[in-house]
Parts: sequence; structure tokens; C-alpha cells
Amino acid sequence: MPNPIPQPATPQPAIAPPVERENYLNAKYGVWSWLLTTDHKRIALLYLLSITFFFFIGGFFALLIRLELLTPAGDLVQADTYNKLFTMHGMVMVFFFLIPSIPAVLGNFLVPMMIGAKDLAFPRINLLSWYLYVIGGVMMLHCMLTGGVDTGWTFYAPFSTNFTNTKIVEAGLAIFVAGFSSILTGLNFVVTIHRMRAPGMTWSRLPLFIWAHYATSIIQLLGTPVVAVTIVLVAAERALHLGIFDPKLGGDPLLFQHLFWFYSHPAVYIMILPSMGVVTEIIACFSRKRIFGYSFVAFSSIAIAVFGFLVWAHHMFVAGMSVYAALVFSLLSYAVAVPSAIKVFNWTATLYKGSIHYDAPMLYAFGFLGLFTIGGLTGLFLSALGINVHVTDTYFVVAHFHYIMVGGAVMGYLGGMHFWWPKISGKLYPEGWARLAALIVFIGFNLTFFPQFLLGYMGMPRRYYDYSHMPEFQILNVLSTAGATVLGVGYLLPMVYFLWSMRYGKPAPDNPWNAAGLEWKTPSPPPTFNFDEEPVVTWEAYNYDELDSPDLGSPGNDAPHKQEVPVAR
Amino acid sequence: MSEHSNSAHAKSPLKMYFGIWATLLIFTYITYKAAFIELGSFNAAVALGIATLKATLVALFFMHVWHASEKLTKLVVIAALFFLLLLLGLTMTDYATRPWS
Amino acid sequence: MPDSTVIGLHHEEEHHPELLHHFADAQQQRDSASLGMWVFLATEVMFFGGLFCAYLVYRHWYFPDFAAASKSIDATLGATNTAVLICSSLTVVLAVWAAQTARRTLLIVSLILTMLLGMAFLGIKGIEYREKFVEHHVPGASFSFDKVQVPGHPDQYANPHHAQIFFSLYFVMTGLHALHMIIGLGIFLWLLIMAWKGRFTPEWHTPVEIGGLYWHFVDIVWIYLFPLLYLIDRHP
Repeated sequence: MPNPIPQPATPQPAIAPPVERENYLNAKYGVWSWLLTTDHKRIALLYLLSITFFFFIGGFFALLIRLELLTPAGDLVQADTYNKLFTMHGMVMVFFFLIPSIPAVLGNFLVPMMIGAKDLAFPRINLLSWYLYVIGGVMMLHCMLTGGVDTGWTFYAPFSTNFTNTKIVEAGLAIFVAGFSSILTGLNFVVTIHRMRAPGMTWSRLPLFIWAHYATSIIQLLGTPVVAVTIVLVAAERALHLGIFDPKLGGDPLLFQHLFWFYSHPAVYIMILPSMGVVTEIIACFSRKRIFGYSFVAFSSIAIAVFGFLVWAHHMFVAGMSVYAALVFSLLSYAVAVPSAIKVFNWTATLYKGSIHYDAPMLYAFGFLGLFTIGGLTGLFLSALGINVHVTDTYFVVAHFHYIMVGGAVMGYLGGMHFWWPKISGKLYPEGWARLAALIVFIGFNLTFFPQFLLGYMGMPRRYYDYSHMPEFQILNVLSTAGATVLGVGYLLPMVYFLWSMRYGKPAPDNPWNAAGLEWKTPSPPPTFNFDEEPVVTWEAYNYDELDSPDLGSPGNDAPHKQEVPVAR
Repeated sequence: MSEHSNSAHAKSPLKMYFGIWATLLIFTYITYKAAFIELGSFNAAVALGIATLKATLVALFFMHVWHASEKLTKLVVIAALFFLLLLLGLTMTDYATRPWS
Repeated sequence: MPDSTVIGLHHEEEHHPELLHHFADAQQQRDSASLGMWVFLATEVMFFGGLFCAYLVYRHWYFPDFAAASKSIDATLGATNTAVLICSSLTVVLAVWAAQTARRTLLIVSLILTMLLGMAFLGIKGIEYREKFVEHHVPGASFSFDKVQVPGHPDQYANPHHAQIFFSLYFVMTGLHALHMIIGLGIFLWLLIMAWKGRFTPEWHTPVEIGGLYWHFVDIVWIYLFPLLYLIDRHP
């Protein structure tokens, strides 16, 4: 590889292309070429910047929460402030980080490439969805800076509609706008996957990452509008005291919860399904095997999307709903675990007798496997009505969802960022540091959140800033806060070395992992329109046996040199 | 949705359009009149039944779902209705089975 | 202008001026636009669906009060508006047919008629809203619904709180519907301008088709709103 030619400083993020070849990063320069781009890859990077920003904001609130909980007394902030801290942490992390994260960054970047298309079906709508996200984000920032919200991210009525005097309407509007962004992304993906697959790319040859994003998009499309209209009702109720959710006027607060959770439960599947898609790609590549049970994994994604809409009231078991309905929802909640379990079994079976390589993406995938399983199983605890009564609104719930959201979704996101970083940036990240960071994240995560299972089971309530009536909980809280610090370090490291790699990293080959998938048949980074010629697909997905075989020239295997071991040094 | 300019029905869709239009107006009139007749709990069923009929006619013939070249269009319509019914139905399992008023 | 130059990309393009570069051919573009609109309409079904859910719950709980409140809105105006929208759906399909068969005049006339009927709908809605305002049936500080008899039970009066819930849903549901109508008028104005400029041909008139789909959907929502809001219990 030739040495990178030193380039004069440009107004763009400093990216020195290793060769003079034109790619999507250097095709055009100037701020407006980014802000008015319709290239799905550039939009993916715009999203990357924005969601990283909000990840820091949400993380900052988490830091303050953990600092407060170091001591039993409420001595860092006042109670009202603490309410705002956990609310803003939740709202920012859910709506402005987790929900967009993988679909908007990795999905936007990869979906067209994986199916052999030049772009998404509606590139301008793609750009619009980023702008909507940014507008929603700015509104949320403004809301936070001028007082914030204190209802919890779930903004239950009638507290949110009648009693709190924090900025519910503004926050709701911000979420409404960001939700519209989410809907448009889902719309784009569904139409793209249906209409823009390259010749020969049948449904059964699609990477499972695509199936996962398709299922995610269905949820985004059908669930988000319901929470959007709920926000409208909350705003109307606040403004006019309509009584829709006010018991004094004949309204039912539980109706709010039904409408809210009808979206917000499927929303958690929006957050985890793409991550499952990423993990599938990584496990296949770093075991050098086809995914075991392709159809099962594909259909389980759809099943999760559909079943996910059937279980929402398990968030309301102790709220006053009908016990008979609770029984139904409890049963359905057990059912929804099945497709997720199917995936875990298939991943495990894929690993079996595979040629395992422990590069950083794979370390994140392993982390995902263990932590998602724990998170998912604890979900079953919560679905049992009897246990639910005991652990609702305790740290058990907090630990459960953080295991899935952070141990699952964020690990998958980081694994995916590492896996596709060479393709996105044209550079290799430093593998040693990446493995170290993965280990730090894993250790930090468990140290943060495993004590919370114990705390919750022993009765520590969530959303309390003061636990001085239970000072025996302090030791576990201290462990948790220590873990959060370690976790923070683990998250900072990739930011540092990814940025470092953009300037100083080794230039990446087209396919550093010798991975299957159309995206790896393009240069790193790819040209603006992805493929010089429309690909024609004649091979099955995950054709690792062909890729690692001695026969060059077999369909799908046109690697310039055969290599069995992924090279990323 | 693509209109095939050489398929048989496109020769004179006008008759069909005006026919559907007239049917819709007649059904509207029936709905209106039936509301003033005492039918007990069937009033709601009649009104909603006719509304569903009208909506179906609009979807099938004005929105061309009937002649849609792809099953996908029909699938999208069915999926939307399915999830709507899920929202309404499962929510009502709570409200219909609360033993207290 | 899309960013970046193209490296060696050559596809047989039909060189249709409306063909966007990332599509392989016009059929793919048309099919994508159509699917996109249908998927969007599915999201709209769920958007209104949340309101229908709230309506269903409270109608189930407060049927007599809902009946009393429903009786106080003008069913004749509601029925008229239903007829107006049905006529506008007819003019929409005529517009699409005109675009398909290169009948520019009919296309323009149909689009104008559609917009006029849409404006008539909004006008009638405005009259209804004003009626409600005058009668103090608009939820909020000045709402009052005292001593209104429950239909079929002359000795019973409707609960004003529950009636206010009905009117809340009435205004939110019809208001959201009216907002969609206004957006529809905007879309059709844009279609009208494009049609006037002669941009639509039998080969390419996708905006008319998908604009039409949107309009029909708004019509279908009203088809359900009418009986649910206006005709709960009308028999004397």
C-alpha cells in the first residue's frame, strides 16, 4: 500500500484518502455538500455525529444519577432535580440515541449496499428525516436547558397532564418531531428492501441484517404514530383540562398507559432488533460459517416485530388494569421471548465447530450473547405476575432493561461500528486498543448493572434520590457507580481511536475481514453510487465456505487473494 | 400500484367510478336514515357495517386495490387493519373485564 | 443537483426527465412511490387509530353521556359533509383517469373541483365548530353541558364531565382530520400547478396517483368519523 500523501488541510473532517480514488467522502467538499447531501452514506455519518452527541448528553445525566446514589442521603441534588435527571437521561437515551442509533447510522449506510442498490428509495426523505431528528434534538436541548421535565421518560398522566409544571409540551413536541424522523426512516427501508434489491438478490439471500432492519421498520411505522397521537392528547389535556386522562373528570389514567406502551414496548424491539442483525453478521464472519437456521433467524425477526405489539400491558400489571387482561398479556409476554431465544440458539449453533476469531467485533458479539440472554431471561421474571408485583418499579427492572439496551443494543452497535469501520472510513482501527476497550466495556457494564438486580430484588425502588432508610444498599450502589465510571472509560476509548484512525490509521483493503456480503465488494470507502456496475447475485448469503475455499472465481468469491484468517492489522 | 393501460377494465372505468360513487351516496343516505330508527344495539352495528362497506369500496375501486398488480399493496392494507384491530381489541380486553365500574 | 460525480456508471436510462438517478427504471420509481404512499397511509391508520381507541374506551364507559353529546351536533351537516367528500373522491379518480389518458383539461377541471369540494367540506366544518363554540360545547374553561337529557331516558341528565370527554375527542378527531384535509388541499394545489404546466403525461403522472391515494384515505377516515361521532343514538 502506498503511503498516504500528506494533504493540505481541508474544510472537511480531516480524512486523507490513501489513494486518489474518488469515494463518497472526497467526492465533494464543503459544508453544504454535507448538509444538502442525499447520499445515504453521508447521511449516515451526519446521524453518527448527532447521536454520538446525544449519547454524551444522556451519559452525562447518568453520571449525575450515579453520583447522587453513591450515598444514601439525597445530598448531591434536590429531589425535583433528581426527577429531572432520570427523566432526561431516559428521554435522551431512548428517543435520541437508542432508537435512531443502528438503523440511522449502520442501516442507512449499509442497507442499500447490502442489497446492491445505489441509494435508498427516497434519498431526499432520508435527508429530511435527519433534519427532523436534529430539529427534535434542538427542541429537546432547549427544553432541558430551560427547566426540563420531571415525570420520568414515561410521562404518565395525570402527573404529566395535571400536576407537573415542567416543560411537558415542549418535550413532547421534540419527541413527536423525532418520531416522525423514525417513521420516515422505516418507510424508506421498507420500500427500499422491497423494490431496490439487485437482480438475483432474493429474499432468502438477503443478509439477516436486512431482515432485522425490515422488521424494525415495521415497528417504527406502525407503533410510532400511536405515541405521536398520545403526545397530542397530552398536550391538549394540559392546555385545556379536557379530562381525557383525569380521573376527577371521568378520564382514565390507564388509557394513557395503554396508548403510551402500545408504542413504547415495540420501541424496545426497535432498539434491539437491529443489534441482533449486526451480531448475526459478526458471528457468521468470525466463525467463518453460514448462519445456522437462516430461515428461522429471518422469520424470528418478523415474529419479534409482530409479537412485540401484543404484550404492552405487561408494563401496567400493578397499575390497576383488569387481572384477566393481565393474565392474557403475561402469557403473550412469555410467547414473545420465544423468537429471541430462537436467535440465541441459532447463534450458538453457528459458533459450534466454527473457526472462531476474537477480533474486537466478535468480542462485542460475545458480550451481546451473554448480556442479552441475561436481560431477556430477567424479562421473563418480570412477565410472571407474582414476581412482577414484587419487583415492579425497583432496580430489578432498571437492571433488566439496561442489560438489554446497553448490554445488548449498545454492544451490538459498537460491534457493528468496529466491523464496518474500515468500510465507512477507509481506515483500520487499532485492534489492540479495540479489544481492550471491549473488555473494559464488558467489565464496566456488569459492575454497573449486576448489583442493580440484587438491589431491586432486595427492594430498592427506582427513581428515588434518597435511600437513607435502607443504608445497607450503599455498598451495591457504590459498586454500580464505580462500574459506571469504568464503562464510561470503555465508551470513550473507541471515540478516541476511531478519530485517531481517520488521520493515522492504516488504509483499509476492500474486504479486511474476508466477509460475505455485497458491501464488501466495494472499495473502502465506497464511491458515491456504491457499485460501478449493478451486481447480479448468484450465491447464497454467508457463503463462507466459498470465501475460504481454494477455488477462486467461484460465484461470490472474487477476493484478490485467498485468505482464511481475517486480516485487520 | 400501476394502471395497465391495456387491461380490459381501463377501457371504461368511468361507468364503474360513477357506479361506485352513486353506491357510496346511497349508503350514506341509508346510514343517516337508519340512525333515526330504533334498532337497539343494532344501530351501531348497522352504522359501522355500512361505513366498513363504504370504506372497502373506496379502497378497492377508487384506490385500485382490487386491481392492484401486486399482492404487496393488499398486504400493506391488511397489515394496517390488523394492527389497528390489535390496538383496539387488546385494549378493550382490559376495559371489558374490569370487575369494578 | 446530487452531489458527486459518477464513476463509470452506465445504465440504460429511459432518459425520462422525471427518472431519478438511483432508480434502475421508471417502473421501479413508480412502484417505489406507490408503495411508499401506501406504507405512509398505514402509519396514518395507526395515528388516527390511537384516537379511535380512546373513543372506543369512553363510549363503552359513558354511552348515555356520549349519546347526549352526539345528539347535540348537527347530523345533517355531517351527512352533507360525507356526501361532499364522496363527490371529491369521484373527482379524484377522474383526475387520475384524465392523467392516464392525456386529457389535460379534464385533469385540471377535476383537480379544481376536488379542491373546491375540499374547501366546501372545511367551510361546513367551520360552521359546525362555530355552532359548538356558541353553545359552549368547546372543552375548556367555558364548557357547559348542563341539564341535557340522555336520549331515551327523559329523567336522566348527561354528566357534563363525560360529555366534555366526548367533545374533546370530537374536536381532536375532526380537527386532526381537517388538518389532513388542509394538507391535502396543499398537495392538490401543487398538483394543479404541475398539471397546468403540462408536466403530467400518460407515461408519468405518479404524483397524481399517490396524491389521490392520500385524498381517498382522508375520505375513508371521515366515513368512519361520521357514524361514530354524529349517529351514536339518534332515534327519538
